[in-house]
Amino acid sequence: MKTIKLLSLSLLAVLTFSACSNDDDAPEVVLEQEEITTLNVFLTAEGGTEELKFSYRDLDGDGANAQVMTNNLDANTTYTGRLEFLNENDTPVENVTEEIIEEDDEHQIFFVSSSGLNLTTEYLDQDGDGNPIGVEFRLVTEAASTGNMTILLIHEGNKFAEGANEGVFSSVVGGDTDIEVVFNVTID
Amino acid sequence: MFQKLSLLCFLFFVHLIVIAQDCNISISGQIIDIHDNTMLQGAVISLEGSSVVAYSDKNGNYTLEDVCKGMVTIKVSHPYCEPQSKKINLTENTKINFRLEHHLEELNEILLKGKLYEPNLNSSITKQLKTEELEGFSNASLGDALKTISGVSSLNTGSAIVKPIINGLHSSRVLIINDNVRLHDQQWGEDHAPNIDINSAANVTIIKGASALKYGGDAVGGTIVVEPQKAPLKDTLMGKTILTGATNGRGGTLSSSLIKANSNGFNYRIQGSLKRLGDLNAPDYQLTNTGQRENNFSLGVGLNKIDYGIDFSYKLTNSKIGILRSSHIGNITDLVASINRPIPFVTEDFSYSINSPKQEVTHQIFRLNTFKKLKGIGEVNLQYSFQNNDRLEFDVRIGDRRDTPAMDMNLKTHSILAQLEWTAPEKFDSHFGIELNAQTNFPSGETGVRRLIPDYDMYTAGFFATTDYKLTDTWELDAGVRYDFNTIDAQKFYRISRWESQNYNQLYPQFEIEEAQGRQILTNPTFDYHNFSGTIGGTHTFKNNWKFTANLSSASRAPNPSELFSDGLHHSLARIELGDLQLNSEQSFKIGAELQGELNNLDFNIQPFYNIINDFILLEPSGIESTIRGAFPIWQYRQTDARLYGIDVGLSYAYKDFDFVSNFAYVNGQDITRDEAIINMPPFNMSNTLSYRKADWNHFFLSLNSQFIAEQNRFPDNNFTQQIVNRSTGDFENVLVDISTPPSSYHLLNLRTGMEFEFDNKRFSINLIINNLLNTTYRNYLNALRFYADEVGTNAMLQLKLNY
Repeated sequence: MKTIKLLSLSLLAVLTFSACSNDDDAPEVVLEQEEITTLNVFLTAEGGTEELKFSYRDLDGDGANAQVMTNNLDANTTYTGRLEFLNENDTPVENVTEEIIEEDDEHQIFFVSSSGLNLTTEYLDQDGDGNPIGVEFRLVTEAASTGNMTILLIHEGNKFAEGANEGVFSSVVGGDTDIEVVFNVTID
Repeated sequence: MFQKLSLLCFLFFVHLIVIAQDCNISISGQIIDIHDNTMLQGAVISLEGSSVVAYSDKNGNYTLEDVCKGMVTIKVSHPYCEPQSKKINLTENTKINFRLEHHLEELNEILLKGKLYEPNLNSSITKQLKTEELEGFSNASLGDALKTISGVSSLNTGSAIVKPIINGLHSSRVLIINDNVRLHDQQWGEDHAPNIDINSAANVTIIKGASALKYGGDAVGGTIVVEPQKAPLKDTLMGKTILTGATNGRGGTLSSSLIKANSNGFNYRIQGSLKRLGDLNAPDYQLTNTGQRENNFSLGVGLNKIDYGIDFSYKLTNSKIGILRSSHIGNITDLVASINRPIPFVTEDFSYSINSPKQEVTHQIFRLNTFKKLKGIGEVNLQYSFQNNDRLEFDVRIGDRRDTPAMDMNLKTHSILAQLEWTAPEKFDSHFGIELNAQTNFPSGETGVRRLIPDYDMYTAGFFATTDYKLTDTWELDAGVRYDFNTIDAQKFYRISRWESQNYNQLYPQFEIEEAQGRQILTNPTFDYHNFSGTIGGTHTFKNNWKFTANLSSASRAPNPSELFSDGLHHSLARIELGDLQLNSEQSFKIGAELQGELNNLDFNIQPFYNIINDFILLEPSGIESTIRGAFPIWQYRQTDARLYGIDVGLSYAYKDFDFVSNFAYVNGQDITRDEAIINMPPFNMSNTLSYRKADWNHFFLSLNSQFIAEQNRFPDNNFTQQIVNRSTGDFENVLVDISTPPSSYHLLNLRTGMEFEFDNKRFSINLIINNLLNTTYRNYLNALRFYADEVGTNAMLQLKLNY
């Protein structure tokens, strides 16, 4: 008799508990907050106005279908540049650049030009330790050429590593790659 | 043993023989053990006031001849049991069976040894670890202890997350039964360690293969049965405290347990353990962020009246585990850099703090169990259990999300298990049972990271019947069947691009509910699975006491939520893992055999096996995806036909005060469809231990263990060449990403020594354990973090134990 009572009690318990997990409660959608969907590169030629020259936009995050936009650069020109990191899947659109600047001691952007591309960059901003961040920079072009420019956002690398403050990435910098985007650049 | 004791009975119960008149009636019958329904040999059956006496034979049969008519009192006694007597009026030849109750003392011994639950009765291929062996691992984990059994390895993530591998298989293919409750703790993940406090276990049995059908039909690899200390049937208070201090990690474990028992069957138990460890050390550097904290607690209260009982228990395990900081990486370029870097990128000074990446897991089990022995039938057992698993995984994040977990999941499981052990027919011991499960997974949406495993409700119903049949004295046969029905109802947001690229919009338009924000779609995948499993086997005991066991078992396992629904980035392996909704159940057919015996002081134990698994589910690379974070390989679940075979051997030899134990195991796994090796198969391994024991010197012992792990030469080549930007020159380069080549073989020496002192009914022991004595630098093929750092170096542990 006792066992029957127990069995019915436990059955009751199961029914009660499983009733709590009602199928009708649809889960809330999660918008990836970590995500950076968009990298915009704005450049201002000397005496000119700011233009969006390069853009990498991937609203699918880990999914495919990235939209890459590139514009040609003028030869022998000095540009002042700034980067913009956005999460366009958030409403309103989240400007991740602000977060990067807030934690500037943990972040650094590296610009790497391929060997054939006559392009150099120079940092224009600093964190509290006097190390560069790379959100603001100067970009100098020389003779007409084509090649790749890679933009890296490194998290928790060693910003004091040798060469890091000149923008030279090496294995001693280490860190995790948050952004790695390659733009095909034409200087004419 | 039995025979000797029955000889003793002879002396006690011999009566004088007196001849009476009209005395040609016979009384016959069987003497049966009420607990496990075995036939009792050597029971003495006598008539009061007469000298007629008989002894039960090995099948429990007795016959009293030449008994006179009239009232007689039959007395039955057995050295193990409480005597019984019965008064009857004898008119003709009569058959009477007696069911004897064990002496309390004897019963205690059985209860404490867990012998009543000995799974060794049938043809399962098993191995057991006893309390003394488990105690040595008080500061480690269940997986570490199980590895000492030949044929059992472990899949590690660092050194704190240890998952047992049985004959090459792990995770959802290995069932873990803790105190008769099947553990449901998100066991699908390779970096999810089983939530069991090793200090709460009195013994652990490994069943290789699917022959333990009462625990589940999906044990493609095997079953691990963990049993806690049982309360004896006497008035007593038993306690045990173990304190272990370790140099590596600069911490230790404190474990304590207390059992209060009464001879009326009422008992209560309480047990707990605390573990605190800081960063571990590899021989050449600190393993930053590898600390761990564990708080475990269990209590139980029960009433055991031998023929009925009821028991409640509660178990809590809470662990916080740091994961090597350097294993959190960005993309393929970072992975290549990590593989090529001899020392991990982050090696900071020793610290007790546990930062991201880390896991925090809390598991609770509530269990209510009751049993009743039914005369002439057997025993019924009913159990209800509820498990609550909370898992938080913290990733390296930025901004104010730093302290928000990237994964926050809650898994609730209710189970009802009803079993009948039917022992009425002679020579048969049969089990019938029903298991019902209701499970709900709730992943929090507050994490800001898309859910890796979706919301789901899962219901399962299992039905099983097994029987053991004693054919002759030397042959025993057993067989069983089980059917499991499994239905899963999930609600998952897919990115629309993924839903379409997987072709799910064509295959499963009925699952689509509505489009959601962020280019996602809410879907409602529902699936039913029918799984059939079975086992058949036999055991033969030879004249020289060698024993041969063979068993054929078939297990059927439905795909787990991770295999169906995974969809996201795995940070420590820099890969995107994708589940597949089209998977169906995998079915295994395994033949296992065992020959055990003794030859001139050499005990041997040989266990070969051959396992064919149809529709084996595995994860393999299927392409590269480029994202704003760089390139990632995609790993997708796929089904294939697999074949595994191997052999586990154990040898032990004793000479005077020395003993030598040798274990080795080999497993060979092959994907038959693709004709290539299966990933993560344990390499050949061998363990040899030489011990010296001297009981006279306060139970002094010293043992030296040598462990050799070979290089795994059979592995699938999942290496790939990827165009990545050289960050110095800016040019694209083709780089070979070597994620397949196993590390080289290694050899470790471990030392153990200790003594035990007795005073006032208390036992105190002191042990010194030194693992990796030579501070050998090595990497382990079965450690997911082998790309990032070496394994831990020397660890000296001092262990104090007090039994009271």
